[in-house]
Amino acid sequence: MSAKMIEVRWHGRGGQGAKTAALLFAEAVLATGKYVQAFPEYGPERMGAPVQSFNRVSENPITVHSGVTNPNYVVILDPSLMESVLVTDGVGKVGKVIVNTSFSAKEIANKLGIDGSQVYVVNASKIALETIGKNIPNTPMLGALVKVVGTLDINGVLEDTKDKLTAKFRHKPEVIDGNLTSIKRAFDEVKN
Amino acid sequence: MIETVYPKGKLVAKTGNEVMAEAMRQIEPDVVAAYPITPATEILQIFSQFVADGVVKSEYIPVESEHSAMSATIAASAAGARAMTGTSSQGLCFMWEMLYIASGLRLPIVMAEVNRAISAPLNIHGDQSDTMGARDSGWIQIYSENSQEAYDNMIQATRIAEKAKIPVLVTTDGFIISHCMEVVELYPDADVKAFVGEYKPERYLLDTKKPYTLGSIDLQDYYFEHRFQLAEAMRNAKNVILDVAKDFEKSFGRKYDLCEEYMLSDAEIAIVIIGSTAGTAKVVVQELREKGIKAGLLKIRAYRPFPVEQVTKGLKHIKAVAVMDRADSCSGAFAPLYSDVVSSLYATGVTSLKVVNYIYGLGGREINIRHISDVYETLIKIATGSEKPSSQVRYINVREK
Repeated sequence: MSAKMIEVRWHGRGGQGAKTAALLFAEAVLATGKYVQAFPEYGPERMGAPVQSFNRVSENPITVHSGVTNPNYVVILDPSLMESVLVTDGVGKVGKVIVNTSFSAKEIANKLGIDGSQVYVVNASKIALETIGKNIPNTPMLGALVKVVGTLDINGVLEDTKDKLTAKFRHKPEVIDGNLTSIKRAFDEVKN
Repeated sequence: MIETVYPKGKLVAKTGNEVMAEAMRQIEPDVVAAYPITPATEILQIFSQFVADGVVKSEYIPVESEHSAMSATIAASAAGARAMTGTSSQGLCFMWEMLYIASGLRLPIVMAEVNRAISAPLNIHGDQSDTMGARDSGWIQIYSENSQEAYDNMIQATRIAEKAKIPVLVTTDGFIISHCMEVVELYPDADVKAFVGEYKPERYLLDTKKPYTLGSIDLQDYYFEHRFQLAEAMRNAKNVILDVAKDFEKSFGRKYDLCEEYMLSDAEIAIVIIGSTAGTAKVVVQELREKGIKAGLLKIRAYRPFPVEQVTKGLKHIKAVAVMDRADSCSGAFAPLYSDVVSSLYATGVTSLKVVNYIYGLGGREINIRHISDVYETLIKIATGSEKPSSQVRYINVREK
């Protein structure tokens, strides 16, 4: 894969919004002027079953249409998946793993058997509960991912998300504010 | 920063299904009759929402089966309406006899088709077995590598169908494109409508001033002539597709042809392929070129009518070619695209190159850069004479034992 291409794999459970997160991320990244892909893995369509979705981001047109096997970034929406799914598959020595958890990066690194420098943690569930009022960790994890990638513009992402949510939740402004605050907070709170 | 090709274009992140529905909204046909099926469901779901919301004036007929969907579309088209439908896999199979009736009656229907495997065993994922099975049904078949092509192909299909008087199906690879969100440039409604134009059928059943008979019995005396005319119209459709492509380029700036040549003109080894995997193979070609290996690619866009001349012209200087099929004829011989490519070459007197056949990706099986690199590796060996070309079809990424 081209050195400039960024590949992301999202791990979640059916109903947690892993697919939506990948789609929102793609739309937001397009708003910052880059080429994107977002696609889910279509497996068992059951609430709670492990699901994956993927993103590619590049300065150049993306023509590849195969699965993502060596992600630069893995985002784990549900920490219990670390027990049952090989979440570090293809991550190697350089890929970064971002986990929604209350544990420290060091504790997660030990659990996953990878180097501490590869692990980032944020308590996205807590942020979601405090800002949106529900345990929907996908939007805050967007903010965490943008921070860890480093080359994306958080303000562009926030503006695009605001436009999208405004179109959808015009009559519920608290939903819009809650989601935006959750992205910003996860962006600020994610740590190595 | 990404820029649009068309100054008035707008960049959006959308899936293949979303942009096919978007093209249908802009074309705003008189009638759409359909029965939903995975992975094409969204196209009709989104379009039916446009109808329900009054965004389009189209008549939407939610029928009870795909056989009825095709029948209603045929009836609407025969009556003089611009008519469209959409389906996939088993749905296309269920339309079977009506597919032949649509083309035999020379009705300019457009179908949004999402390529999916055929049962059994039950599988909802992408391969091209469904439309390859319909390759002799007298429909023009246009395949899309990505969402942009799916959108552009739908816009061109309406004009191609109405000029050639042959139905057209436009495909995307199931899930790989139909459910993949990527960057697509959409054009303004007015510009698409101006390009597509108003449908003015020469003859139609509801024209009471010029009554005529359609679909009558046609025995030994004239059936053959009518089938000859259909075959002849299909041959002539190549020029129709090219003319519409030229106009499309003039209008929106994107260039289309019957085939797409990618680094082919000076290539020594090449792959011939259809659909989304062409994009993956382009990455491999780039990598090989960086190593100084003269690799190329020929992507078939219009599979029916089959572009005999363009395929021969594109490949005649190549030493070793791999034709990659995402469908298996179960013929005991070769897969569909290989048979078409080899007969085109042989009939045109091009017999110097070695051509091998691979089948890949059935039922959505992964096909990635490594798999395609392996094919080019083999082609290098065949081209240099260190490996004998296989006389049998070979399979990629399958457990043969």
